[in-house]
Amino acid sequence: MWDHEIKAMASTHAIITASVFMATVIPAVFVPGFSVYGTHLLWVYAVSGTVTCVSVAIFWLLGISPPTKKHTLGYKLSRLSRSCLYFFLSCLFFYTVVVLYGAPLIESALETFSLSVLLTSLTTLRCLCVLGPNVQTWIRVFSRHGAMSVWDTCLQITVACTLIGAWVGAFPIPLDWDRPWQVSSSHRKPTYSDWNQWTFELLFSFHHLQPV
Amino acid sequence: MKGTRVLSLLLWLCLMYFVGIYLFVGGFLLVRMEVNRTSTCGDILEPGDGSGDFCGSQPRFRRAVLIIIDALKIDFARFDPSNTAPRPYENKIPVLEETLSSRPLQSRLYTFRADPPTTTMQRIKGFTTGSLPTFVDVGNNFASSAILEDNLIQQFGKTGKRVVFMGDDTWESLFPKKFHRSLPFPSFNVKDLHTVDNGILQHLYTTSMYLPPELHFPQVFNASIMLNFCSRTCLCWFETVMGDDWDVLVAHFLGVDHCGHRFGPDHPAMADKLTQMDSVIRSVIDRLQNDTLLVLMGDHGMTDTGDHGGESQKETDATLFLYSPSPIFPAPLSQTEPDVVPQTDLVPTLALLLGVPIPYSSVGQVLLPLFSPHGQTGSAVGGLSQLEALWINAKQVNRFLETYSSMAKDIPPESLSQLQQEFSRLSSEYLLTARESRLPSSHLVSALQAYLTSVRDICRATWARFNPVKMAAGLVLLASVCLVCFLMSELSPALMREKTAGLLAPLVVALAVGACAAAAQLLTRGYVETAWCLAAGAFSSEILFFWRVCRLSPPAVTKNGAKASKLSRWLVLRRLLTPPLMVPLLRCASLLSDSYVIAEGRVITFLVLSLVIYIPIHLNWNGLLLPPSPDPLKSAGLLPSPALSPSIVRKESGILLACLGVLIGSMYLSLSFHGCREEQGFCQPSPFLSPLSRLQDSQLKNLYYILSVISLGVFAYLLRHCLCHYGNLNSSGGAVFTARWILPLLSVCLALHWAVSATPEDSFRKLSELIRLAQLALPRAAFCLLGLGLCLIWLDPLTVFVKARATSSSRSSAPALPRYRASTGISPQAELRHLIPQIYHRMRRSLEDGELSGGIEADNRPTVEAYGLGTVYSAPVLLFWGMLGVGLLLLHPEGMALSFLLLLLEMGALLHIHASSVNLSGAHGASTGGFTVPWAPIVVWSLAATQFFHATGHLPTFPSIQWGAAFVGFPDGHTGTFLPALLVSLNTFASHILFAVGCPLLLLWPLVREVRGSRGGRACGEEGEDAVMEMRLRENPEQFSSALLQLSARYLFIHGVQVCSQAAKTNLKVQFVRSLLGRGVVAVALEFQPWHSLYFSICVYFLVNIQHDITPLSVSTLFTGLFFSLCCCYSPETPNGVEGFCTQVDV
Repeated sequence: MWDHEIKAMASTHAIITASVFMATVIPAVFVPGFSVYGTHLLWVYAVSGTVTCVSVAIFWLLGISPPTKKHTLGYKLSRLSRSCLYFFLSCLFFYTVVVLYGAPLIESALETFSLSVLLTSLTTLRCLCVLGPNVQTWIRVFSRHGAMSVWDTCLQITVACTLIGAWVGAFPIPLDWDRPWQVSSSHRKPTYSDWNQWTFELLFSFHHLQPV
Repeated sequence: MKGTRVLSLLLWLCLMYFVGIYLFVGGFLLVRMEVNRTSTCGDILEPGDGSGDFCGSQPRFRRAVLIIIDALKIDFARFDPSNTAPRPYENKIPVLEETLSSRPLQSRLYTFRADPPTTTMQRIKGFTTGSLPTFVDVGNNFASSAILEDNLIQQFGKTGKRVVFMGDDTWESLFPKKFHRSLPFPSFNVKDLHTVDNGILQHLYTTSMYLPPELHFPQVFNASIMLNFCSRTCLCWFETVMGDDWDVLVAHFLGVDHCGHRFGPDHPAMADKLTQMDSVIRSVIDRLQNDTLLVLMGDHGMTDTGDHGGESQKETDATLFLYSPSPIFPAPLSQTEPDVVPQTDLVPTLALLLGVPIPYSSVGQVLLPLFSPHGQTGSAVGGLSQLEALWINAKQVNRFLETYSSMAKDIPPESLSQLQQEFSRLSSEYLLTARESRLPSSHLVSALQAYLTSVRDICRATWARFNPVKMAAGLVLLASVCLVCFLMSELSPALMREKTAGLLAPLVVALAVGACAAAAQLLTRGYVETAWCLAAGAFSSEILFFWRVCRLSPPAVTKNGAKASKLSRWLVLRRLLTPPLMVPLLRCASLLSDSYVIAEGRVITFLVLSLVIYIPIHLNWNGLLLPPSPDPLKSAGLLPSPALSPSIVRKESGILLACLGVLIGSMYLSLSFHGCREEQGFCQPSPFLSPLSRLQDSQLKNLYYILSVISLGVFAYLLRHCLCHYGNLNSSGGAVFTARWILPLLSVCLALHWAVSATPEDSFRKLSELIRLAQLALPRAAFCLLGLGLCLIWLDPLTVFVKARATSSSRSSAPALPRYRASTGISPQAELRHLIPQIYHRMRRSLEDGELSGGIEADNRPTVEAYGLGTVYSAPVLLFWGMLGVGLLLLHPEGMALSFLLLLLEMGALLHIHASSVNLSGAHGASTGGFTVPWAPIVVWSLAATQFFHATGHLPTFPSIQWGAAFVGFPDGHTGTFLPALLVSLNTFASHILFAVGCPLLLLWPLVREVRGSRGGRACGEEGEDAVMEMRLRENPEQFSSALLQLSARYLFIHGVQVCSQAAKTNLKVQFVRSLLGRGVVAVALEFQPWHSLYFSICVYFLVNIQHDITPLSVSTLFTGLFFSLCCCYSPETPNGVEGFCTQVDV
């Protein structure tokens, strides 16, 4: 049973990582002039979209979400609409947080918003998929004794690492602004670093789970 | 006893810090006293023959032309005809070579060696005053950059020569009003960046800021524009040279330097530039008249990348070319002539050639080839002979040396006495020669030269060298004090428990070791250097402390056997790596990087925000943020049994999150009050930073004024409300009087003062007298009120109102009930708030040992009610803080009232967050663990101090100091220096002072906001153990003092670590000045901001930074100490007073 869960989780993360990779590679083949650095917004959208679709599909197929009490269509629909609302609210929340952390409020709002969408698709979406639209449960999962299953632990680790990665991503911003690679990123909150972090964190979560 | 121990430990820590900093600064900041005397024509130099030396003989030249070509390296000026493929910077000034070969008696080319730092401002200073550069020239007028030392330009002016200047406007700020006529070129201020609308050029920042505005626009270099720019200079130039209303003409060309910075020397643009300079020189040479001397020089060189500032030979070796239409050199270039001329040597040479006195503090040596050898005056029209010139020069240098050594003691005495002996020997020899009027031996000339050289070398050795040993020692000392702080904070309970004599032993040891060091120095070197004695004392006392700590810790370790020691070490390491300590470490790391220092305000806000968010996340991680759910999925065994009822948990979490919101909001808003550094190109300083009187738009002015007054009102109201809430405004003591009357009055004074100072001067002509009076009187009245209030709080800090009533209700109360009660007429909720602790009860319990059992007395005694006893410690601190806050606001621009309000809000929110988190985590039965304040709030507290340093418009740079503060209440200026310095430093360190004063609140606030429900619920059933709010501190004086020690040690630790990293950074910077200069903002900003010459900026940067860490260090120590002594002196007083009161009633 446990082994089975680990395997399922490993394959899930492998698929998500692969989807991130594909979201980078496929547009590069089909869209002229696409590059991670040059058309970063497009890339971010592609990646968040892919991640959203893939994780929704996978978690739905695997049936991870908590068992629902009612099976009526109306209940399911309300759950779905609440999930969408939470998704949107979480985007706004991350936007606010990023602004409070020092991103410009109006200027380059598009970039900040895409960062918040990205963060949402990496954190809130997974919470929605794994735990359902119930904020109380989310908060409870992120405590020391909150993780009840492998999925919960995995969720803890990935969410924490994503957020820490995004936080660490702010560090290069004040550095010398005359390097060419900094030119485009100096007005924007981190976008790439959390990707790196995410891949690391996936590896890390596997590593972490081995001795569990 | 405990109090004195805490105080003495803190004082000792502070002293250690100061010794460390003193040592470090002593190695780093070498100070040269500025001699403020000036030479005059009538000066008689000892030993003299009675006549004036300086202007005695006919000057050799009547006029002089000084052309300074910025960064004219010697390589640029040399001409090598054999070089067939010259690089862009080679062979581009052929005119020099042509002149040299065709007129060897009229021209010379030398290597002109500059003293590092090779930045323009320092160099101008060097070759006009003839002194050597140091880091801080004491005696300078800090508010302006003018050179006050005696200098050539001043001497020219005094002897009636008309000095005309054109070029770099640095000169204008260095020599204000010294020029007969001047054509400074518009500022090449970095602020010009605003005109750059081109985003790409923003990133060419480092180079583009050098260029005049018109050069910003073309992206591709356009040589013709640069030529155009120069031709403006040239045009005025030719007009002037042709004209005749000048005696000394100074022209400073910047083009070569610009070009070097932007393109480097190896670029075609440099070739164009140098060719153009060639034509300029050529035209000047053609137009010179016979009585004119041409001095062409570079102020410094440049590296291969076109930068400068360091001390490599490429940067120091500039060009010096001398020419006159009439022969000046007695002989063609010979082998014996010097090849390298130090830059200071130009000063006495020019002075003697033009017949003006040598500037007083010049240590230069005359350039001998320009003077005729003794006896053959044939070629020169008048003029001094070599020996005479040297003699005057030697006498002048000796006079300077004597004056200087009487003012400052930094020249080693043995070399000083050696120099004096040498001089007296030479003078007797010279006088003998002169008396017998025989031909002087060449030996005498060379001896005089040797004397002058050795003076210069000794001065240079004294002034321009760091003391790496001292710096390292200071650094080590600082680091070890940080360690001591850390140990002290970890071991404070054990330290307080230890009964052995407190600090007497370390003090004695320190004194003894210091004395020994002094004696050893006296024996070996003959003089005593205080710094080393202090260092020896400090180190020895620290070692003693460590030894005692080692002796202290074994019992703790051996408890769990030998293995435990490893484990505990690991635990200590783990404890160091928690997020609350990671943040200060990150902060220290960020101090090491220039980029982070420039963005310091934002960086620190980011860090504080991260740490603040960490607090609820951490609580949640421990499952404390939410009430334990009745969720059947969770096994009950995993969670500890709930100690707090869910409603309380929910309420506390709500408070915590709300305060978090307030905190983050105020932090975000505080970002809009930041000032701007020069390096931040696209930054606009906050509009609130400029005083209202400078605003033109009257509507805007009114708006700002109203905003400021409203925030001041809110500030005062919040304070008062807080005090009122905890029932501290009922008694009639001094502190309460302050809170009730002086605080509002002070605010009103402040608001009126703002109104008066914002009035435009010309709008109320009739009332101008009144306005002037008000400008003087209002702030002074505010100062007086402030002083009065603070004194009253100090003298009578008790805000407890005790009321005794012999009502029957008290008698009827059963002894089992909690024996405290509120006054009648207050709702039960308010009773919780206005907690009236039972002094009576407590007093009795303390007396119980000696008396009979208390049953009977309880019936006989009246009920005593005391208002505000629960906040007996925090109320005076809060009040003191508030008074100080309003007082410091007085020194700031009006708009800063908003920032101060934010500061208050942030502080309050932080205190509430801390208190809530303590309450929430108090569920774990940690109530027995003393009053330890965890790291996270302390770190936030100390970083918030720095955050508000920035948010009150301050920056750790020199130009950002708000000088206006010195004139609050003294609009006509001061006579002394103490008062303005005090006011300015109060203004600068306002936020640090406020946070340091408020620091004890961190300890007290959780007690003030103690959750009654839990403890009451648990304790009520047992004995009426209701040590409530801060009375809890009274109960455990030992824990209290250890907690206080821990708190202040932690606070000191965080600031100490920052000081340490500052020092380390400065050390690194000094070591790698050159590598730093190659890139980065520092070099660039330094070049054009006269005040920002490299060393100066490092110094100021260091000083200001260190200051803003020292101040909290000292202030916090001071205030914790004072606070503690205050507590100690009046807390025993409280029951005593009440006792007296009670007995009186009894009788």
